[in-house]
Amino acid sequence: MHSDPEAIKKSIRSYGIVGGLLLVFTAITVAANQVHLAVPVAITVALIIATMKGSMVASIFMHLSNEKRWIYGALLLTVVFFVVLLFLPLATVSDTIGTPIGR
Amino acid sequence: MEIPYTVEQRPDTGLANGKLGIWLFLASEVMLFGALFSTYILLRVGALEWPHGELSVRLGAINTVILICSSVTMVVAWAKLKLNDFAKGRLYVLVTVVLAAVFLVNKYFEYAEHLGKGEGPWHSTFFAIYFTLTGLHGLHIVGGIVVMLYLAGPGAGLWKKNPEQYANRVEYTGLYWHFVDLVWIFLFPVLYLL
Repeated sequence: MHSDPEAIKKSIRSYGIVGGLLLVFTAITVAANQVHLAVPVAITVALIIATMKGSMVASIFMHLSNEKRWIYGALLLTVVFFVVLLFLPLATVSDTIGTPIGR
Repeated sequence: MEIPYTVEQRPDTGLANGKLGIWLFLASEVMLFGALFSTYILLRVGALEWPHGELSVRLGAINTVILICSSVTMVVAWAKLKLNDFAKGRLYVLVTVVLAAVFLVNKYFEYAEHLGKGEGPWHSTFFAIYFTLTGLHGLHIVGGIVVMLYLAGPGAGLWKKNPEQYANRVEYTGLYWHFVDLVWIFLFPVLYLL
């Protein structure tokens, strides 16, 4: 993060540009929805655009592109637990306890 | 008694305490919303049919635009404070509050329309997860408004005593606010479009 006034003035311009890009991506998301793609394709397109938008917010607005390693470490741990959390329900599907053998 | 490391960085982490604190809080928030997203995926994958087009894409898109604009005003508020422009910094915080309030007004109309048609959380699995996710997100918006009003009102006195600490508080509030925006960026396609 900057403390030099000139660098901060420059970053204000970049915040405006990123804000504009986020609005454009929102318009693309809505437009893609009007095309009536197949559900798996629609989900993939919408989530790719949402991930791109999320990355822009995190890296530019939340200054994650230029942070200290303690914060990256905390976020890495969060990502690991988040992925485990997302896939944890799958364990209930593969759970065979109580199911008779051979079925 | 003076609280240490509110402005200066700790030698061990290289961060002010508040910065690490807000990021750890946001990490817990990721897990909170992550649990609900995980629930959504499980319910949706297990459902034989999933409703489509139940929500107003127009209102959802308008609210997305509002939140993106509020994220820009919030980060500009912090930048103005770093440039020692308190008046503009506070003005941008107040603009963010107004945008957040407009978001909630839109949400009120959306909720009122669905509840008027008997489409409450009890109506179906879709509406149960819709009201849970957007309701929790709405509570986060209310929390953000309260903190921002404090910073622009009674909490603004700190600027005279310690401008750097005040700018840091606005930055931490901004980090929270961008996270709330980030959650909506995923909620919008997941609930309104897919």
